[in-house]
Order: sequence, then C-alpha cells, then structure tokens
Amino acid sequence: MAKLNLWQQFWFYLGENGNYVLAQFIRHFLISIYGVLFAAIIGIPLGILIARHRKLSGFIISLANVIQTVPSLALLSMIMLVLGLGVNTVIATVFLYSLLPIIKNTYAGMQGIDRTILDSGKGMGMTRFQVLYLIELPMSLSVIMGGIRNALVIAIGITAIGSFVGAGGLGDIIVRGTNATNGGAIILAGALPTALMAIISDFILGILQKVLTPREASINK
Amino acid sequence: MEKTTPMVEFKDIAKIYHNNTAVEKVNLKVNHGDFVCLIGTSGSGKTTTMRMINRMLEPTSGEVFLNGKNIKEFDPVKLRRKIGYVIQNIGLIPHMTIYENITLVPKLLKWPEEKKREQAKKLIRLVELPTDFLDRYPGELSGGQQQRIGVIRALAAEQDIILMDEPFGALDPITRESLQDLVKDLQEKLGKTVVFVTHDMDEALKLATKVVVMDHGNIIQQASPTELLNHPANDFVKKLIGEERLIQARADITTAQQIMLKDPVSITLGQPLKSAVSLMRKRRVDTLLVTDDDGYLKGYLDLADLNKYNRVTSVSDIMITRLFKIYTDTLIRNSAERILKQGLRYVPVIDHQGKLCGIVTRSSLVDMVYDIIWGGSEAEKDESADSTQGGEVQ
Ligand SMILES: Nc1ncnc2c1ncn2[C@@H]1O[C@H](COP(=O)(O)OP(=O)(O)O)[C@@H](O)[C@H]1O
Ligand SMILES: [Mg+2]
Repeated sequence: MAKLNLWQQFWFYLGENGNYVLAQFIRHFLISIYGVLFAAIIGIPLGILIARHRKLSGFIISLANVIQTVPSLALLSMIMLVLGLGVNTVIATVFLYSLLPIIKNTYAGMQGIDRTILDSGKGMGMTRFQVLYLIELPMSLSVIMGGIRNALVIAIGITAIGSFVGAGGLGDIIVRGTNATNGGAIILAGALPTALMAIISDFILGILQKVLTPREASINK
Repeated sequence: MEKTTPMVEFKDIAKIYHNNTAVEKVNLKVNHGDFVCLIGTSGSGKTTTMRMINRMLEPTSGEVFLNGKNIKEFDPVKLRRKIGYVIQNIGLIPHMTIYENITLVPKLLKWPEEKKREQAKKLIRLVELPTDFLDRYPGELSGGQQQRIGVIRALAAEQDIILMDEPFGALDPITRESLQDLVKDLQEKLGKTVVFVTHDMDEALKLATKVVVMDHGNIIQQASPTELLNHPANDFVKKLIGEERLIQARADITTAQQIMLKDPVSITLGQPLKSAVSLMRKRRVDTLLVTDDDGYLKGYLDLADLNKYNRVTSVSDIMITRLFKIYTDTLIRNSAERILKQGLRYVPVIDHQGKLCGIVTRSSLVDMVYDIIWGGSEAEKDESADSTQGGEVQ
C-alpha cells in the first residue's frame, strides 16, 4: 500500500469502502438537513414576527448573533451536556447555528418589500394573512432561500465535527483517518465528499434562489 | 341608497399623531358622481384625510360616513373591497400577471373564474390595451401602461367610489395627461365617485367637480374649479392657484370690449368712393367699416369690390351689409372659435344700440387662445401694432 501515492490510495479506499462512505455521506447530509429544516420552521416565522414588530428585532437578532459567536466545538459540547452523546446533539447544534442566517434573511426579505405594494394590497382589502401569503412570502422567498443556503453550508461543516459526539457522518471517516498511520487517503475520503456536498448544495440552492427571485417591481422599465 | 345622502361625509374629523396634528378639523361631503380633488402643499393632510375613508387610518376624533352609514360599523377588510384604491407608485404586485393583478379584489370576493376573466377583458379594452397584456407581468409594461392597469384594478369589483393618492405623480407629462383624460372619461362614463389627492393645480382644475384646498390639516376652501379661479378665498389659495392661472381665468371672462381696438377705420355712408379709396390707401387696409353719421354700423366695403364698380359714386351703393359682429359684452371665450374658424381677420364690436365701438382682430384673439391653451405668458404680445383691421393683406 505504501507504494501507491495518495490519490491511488484514495481511490482504493473508496473502492473497498464505497458503501460505507455512501452511508456516511447520506447520514451526514440528513443530519445537516434536519438541523436546517428545524431552524427554518422556527426561524422563518420568527423573522416574520420581528419584521412586523420591529422592537423585537434587535433583541432576537443579537441573541442569534451571540449563538453564532460561540465556537462550534464549544456549543456542541455544551449541548452534549444536556442531550448526551448522539445524533440529536449535532442536529440541535446545527439548528442553533442555522437560526441566525434564516432569521436575518427572512427579516431582511420582509423589510425589503416595497411598502407601497403592501399598502395597496391592504388597501384593496387583503387580510393580514392574505398580504403575507400573496405578497410578502412570494416576494421574500428568494432572500429567505439565500439564508437557508448559507445555513446549509455552515451546517455541513458543523456536522463534520459531529463525530466527536458520536453522531456519525463523514466526520467519522476523517477521525478514522487521523487515527490511522498514513491515514491521509482516508482523511481525504471523508473530507472530499464533505466539501463536495457543501459545494453542490450551495450550487443547487443558488439555482433555486434564482428561480424564486421575484420579478422587478420597477414602474419605469 | 338615496342619492341625497352623500357618498362620503366627514364630520369634525381630526387625526393627531403624538403631538403632530395631521388633520385638525375636516368637514366634507362627497356626493355621488363627484370628482373631488384634495389639493394643498406637502404635509397639509390630504393623504391622511383620504386614507380615513377606507380605514387605512382611524381618526382621532370625529366620524366618517359612507352612504350615511358610519364606517366604524363596517369590517375594515370588507369596506376596503368596496372602495377602489390607487396610489402613486401603483403598487401592482410584481410576481402576479396583469390578469391576476386586475382580478385581485374579485378573487378576494370569490368571483367565479369565468366572471373574472370576462371582467378583466372588458376592463383592459376600456383602457385601450391589448388583451394579450393580461398574461404579462407588470415589469414588462411601461409606467403609463402600469398605471392604466392600476386604475382599472380599482374598478374591477365594480367599486362605486375610488380613492387615488397622487396616482400620476411619477409619470411624464404626456402620459400623465392621457391618464387624466382616461380617468375623467371613466368617471363620467361609469358614474363613479372619485376622491383624488394631488398637489398639481392643473390636474385638480382639469379633473375636479369640486376642489378642496387644504392647509395645515384644515380645509381652506371647497369650490368648483370655476368658482375657485374666480373667487379664491384668500391669499393662500391665490398663491396655490398661481398668478398665471388667475390671468388665464380672467381671460375666460374677458369681454369683447376689453380687448377691442377702439379706433377702427371707418367711413360714413354718404362719402364718395374716391375718399374711401384714399382712406384705404392711407391706412393700408383692404376693408372699411361703414357707419351712418351717428356712428351706427351699417356694413363694410371691400377693396376688391371697389375696382368692379368704379362708376358708382357713393359708399352706400356697394357696401356689403351682411357681416358678423359681436357686442361689447360678448364673452370672447364664446366667440373666439367661430371667428378663428371663419377666417375673419377682424370682427366689428357694437353696443346694444348698434353703434360701432371697435374691432377685435384675429391676432389679438390668437394671442388669447395661445394663452388659454399653453398658459403662455411667454407669448408676449410682440406682434406689430398694425395687426389691426386687415393690415396684413394676403
Ligand atoms: N404616521 C405618521 N406619524 C406622524 N406624523 C405623520 C404620520 N403620517 C403623516 N404625518 C404627518 O401628518 C401631516 C400630514 O401628512 P399627509 O396627510 O401625508 O400630508 P399630504 O398628503 O398632504 O402631503 C404631515 O405633517 C406628516 O408629517
Ligand atoms: Mg400625500
């Protein structure tokens, strides 16, 4: 094995452990997705709420900011104290980290809507809820999607260190590599898919974001 | 719904923000079919007043009635669906097609699809846009086209009353004018009641049946455009109307006496033709008015005719008695068009006894019409003084 160079070793490892890597890849992805999804479920309504009650916005956003400044390993450890070892701890960490970009973008998206469109919607007789789902959400969807995209990329990185609390995922392969002598190829087998996952997710969500971008509201075109 | 109850009535309406009084005390009636323009400087409370009609704002005190019913008794959402609403920035929803935009209120009112489609087609034809615009998005239309859609959107659910807040403020002058015509036309044709906020006096005078002048949250004057122009309540209103428009308005009530030339070239009946010819030559004119010895207008002489009848001796033999004349108190506005269209170079002005008092020349009329049409003080009367009595022989 020593005669093979790093790349050959890498391909060899993949060939031998393909199923294992794939399983970890999927697991890794799902952990990230769950965390972001929960964050979206909580963060989007929270963003809408603070866009409507601006007095709350300072407090909520700085709270989310504080969470963001805690180093991920520290946050992971703290949550582990509560939730113990396992996948839930990682999902919770991803959730907390994803809150800020999602809340912030939802808030920004809602704030960015031309007030006159909202005014005319209300003036024509839309209920508050109709204004929300007929105007506000469609018009801020792409910005919200941008927040989710950000969150997912961060989440994939955080999930990689989740193996420290025994959650599995591609981080497991990396840790395995660091423990083996000459484990460079194994590290690569964990790290490259992680990077790839981040890049591809970012790319796909980028396209989605573009598709969701509302048509310009300009009156003079 | 009796026609005698006003469509909208404000009773002692005030709106106060903290320590800032937006509307101090407004009493106003808007009758069915009225086109009411709220006008005033920025911050005078026009928008605030208008928005209290559809409960976009609640008054601090006072009451608003719609068809005699206190608007507090309406559910705000239902109330707004009955009232058309157009704002300056149009507020078309960018991610909805023109069709979806137009039929927004009908959709909120749960009209069946077929009825909505029909209504949209009817309305878009009304503003002379092609029906395939229905499938476009607002961003694909010009500003003027978008505001046309904005206007018909406010009519889509057959609202009887429409509120407009400086709807054409952002448009270029030509587009603005065509939209003003459109709105006025629709309002008259469909019998709608309109409350229209503007800070453009020309717009108000052109559109309104009733102009409401506001300042510092109070109504300073409410009057028809003509009344406003002829009897502005105070200096503030005068200033708002502007010197130029007041001059123009005066032109509207100008009589022949005021613009006539007092010393027309004329000759008496008994004079020989010879003296007529020499007078014409001297004054360089090709026609002469003929009066009797007491100054009563009898007819006129034409140079062309003089040549034909060189053997006739007296003015009275060949004078033409049929001529168009106006009285000293004739309103120029009423006869200008006729004079200009008939190609007359001047018309004699007589008093009610028939005495010749002066003439109104074509060029002085032209000046006045220019003033009225283009409001031009720029059209200084630099034309030569001999634009009198046919001085310019063709
Ligand atoms: N939401 C508000 N809070 C405080 N003051 C306001 C508010 N809305 C309007 N005003 C004030 O009320 C006055 C009248 O405003 P507005 O009705 O918009 O004037 P206009 O439409 O004639 O320009 C202005 O002085 C404005 O600053
Ligand atoms: Mg205003």
